[in-house]
Amino acid sequence: MIAARRRRLVAALAAGLLATAAAVVLSCLLGPHPVSLAAALAGVEPDRAILLGLRLPRAAVAALAGAALAGAGTALQALLRNPLAEPFVLGVSGGAALGGSLVLLAAAGLGTISTGAGLLAGAAPPVALGAVAGAALATLLVFGLGRIGGRLVPEAALLVGIVFNAFVAGVITLLKLLAPPEEGARLLYWLSGAIGYESGGAIAVGAALVLAALAALVLLSGQLNLLTLGDEEAAALGVDVRRARAIVFFAASAATGAAVSLAGMVGFVGLIVPHLVRRLVGPDHRLLLPASALFGAAFLVAADALARLLFLSLGTEPPVGAVTAFVGGPFFLWLLRRTTRREAAARA
Amino acid sequence: MTAPRPAGPPWPDPIVELRDVRFSYGDRPAVDGASLAARQGEFVGLLGPNGAGKSTLVRLVAGLLAPSGGTVRLAGVDPHAAPRRTVARLCALVPQEPRLDWPFTVREAVMMGRAAHQGLLALADRFDAGAVAGALAACDLDHLAARRVDALSGGERRRVFFARALAQEPRVLLLDEPTAFLDLAHQVAAMEMARVAARGGLAVVAVLHDLNLAAAACDRLVVMAAGRVVAEGRPDEVLTATLVREVWGIPVWRGENGTTGAPVVLPTVVGPRKTGPR
Repeated sequence: MIAARRRRLVAALAAGLLATAAAVVLSCLLGPHPVSLAAALAGVEPDRAILLGLRLPRAAVAALAGAALAGAGTALQALLRNPLAEPFVLGVSGGAALGGSLVLLAAAGLGTISTGAGLLAGAAPPVALGAVAGAALATLLVFGLGRIGGRLVPEAALLVGIVFNAFVAGVITLLKLLAPPEEGARLLYWLSGAIGYESGGAIAVGAALVLAALAALVLLSGQLNLLTLGDEEAAALGVDVRRARAIVFFAASAATGAAVSLAGMVGFVGLIVPHLVRRLVGPDHRLLLPASALFGAAFLVAADALARLLFLSLGTEPPVGAVTAFVGGPFFLWLLRRTTRREAAARA
Repeated sequence: MTAPRPAGPPWPDPIVELRDVRFSYGDRPAVDGASLAARQGEFVGLLGPNGAGKSTLVRLVAGLLAPSGGTVRLAGVDPHAAPRRTVARLCALVPQEPRLDWPFTVREAVMMGRAAHQGLLALADRFDAGAVAGALAACDLDHLAARRVDALSGGERRRVFFARALAQEPRVLLLDEPTAFLDLAHQVAAMEMARVAARGGLAVVAVLHDLNLAAAACDRLVVMAAGRVVAEGRPDEVLTATLVREVWGIPVWRGENGTTGAPVVLPTVVGPRKTGPR
């Protein structure tokens, strides 16, 4: 039985890695300018510059953001005991966007960032920290106001998240009006969920945050299984619920903050991916969490490549956030109906 | 209960001891100076009307709530202050309304009882596998081990939660209304499992509503009303018509089960009445 479990773990992780690698290779080769892998590796320009300077970093950003959002979504679903929980829906991404925007505009106002092409990239580490702080505050707010009579009510937390998102959208619109036009336009482009071309430094900071957060969540995955039973039962089975919850809050916020600082507001990845992976590997978070992170990476890299290719003939590309919203919105509604129908059936 | 239990330290006797414990939800006192003791090998039934503080008392024993007054001792430690892992190895709680929303298998759900014995990633070793196998067998769940818990009937779910508590290998077993929502045969089976656990050396404390079932199965009854213990002792001593009328507020007929000799109480206020002078 234990050997079978180990085989399933290895198979799931291998499949996730394979899917990510395939998505990265495809994403690197496809685009307005076809790149030959052989030519790029032989050092022929411009193939080499496009592959190593543009497409590979971009795929890396998509992979990091996808892994972070799917991992955070999986953990938040366990904590909220609801498959509809997700960083974007819960307003955690919104908090990250607000925190990042404030840091970005404050920095622009102080004139501490060098102007030019690398503006966003140059500000990335402080923006990432602002985003993480914003995400953490949003998480505390949503889970704080989602408590009724000392008990966490998932539906209430989801509603708070949705209202918080509307609030954040309003504040960001204001910020955009107050900022100089050029900064405002950049802000909007970043937040629309467009995966651009980040500097190596920004990617490294993001990668460190995402990997640390995911490692913390994987180490906690055994306790996440118990937390799906409810706080009191988890406590009766030996979980220090407050500590576990604090770690999940912080790790999910760090992962979401890093993802938003790299890729802007990309919604529904944390909803779609864990749901599909759960169907594949079952509900055990020790398996589900790492597998979701890997398939999340593959999913967002593929979605980004798709966004780039679909509108090729029009000479433009939509932000990947638009693609995930296009798929994720209907998916959320379908899952909502299914979940409520299940609950009604369980009550009957 | 085939799995051999590790010989623990000499446990304090009684292993559960509450002295003059108080607890309030907000300003509404739920437990108002209650004392309770349970020894190993003893099956204690905790009775009382709704809102008497029975479930709260059980949660205080499990350390899930902090008393606002008095002392709670579980195997000599304060269960609210002690690390959760320590408490979970001493005491298992079978909740009133078990949640099983996530599609774990029966075996996975029972294995969760082992969490307090396992390391960070909850990797199971052969001791864990042995405890789970023993618990599944004791609760007649072998044939369901690979089934998903969300596809089980109410009675089967109860057995899963009972098995999970046994797999925890506690010294104290707390049951919050183990017979609620079960048909008669499953109620009897649940009480029988609790009795077997007590005979195996556990201190079993069960919140019960069925007075007759409690009187038939328990070694000792503790009756609560308004947050206090109002009576305790052997079932035949405790369960009198006077007590039931005082505590539950209804008149009862008190008799004896002709087969088992256990006390029986039946309400005399519903159903067809005798005509003529009573």
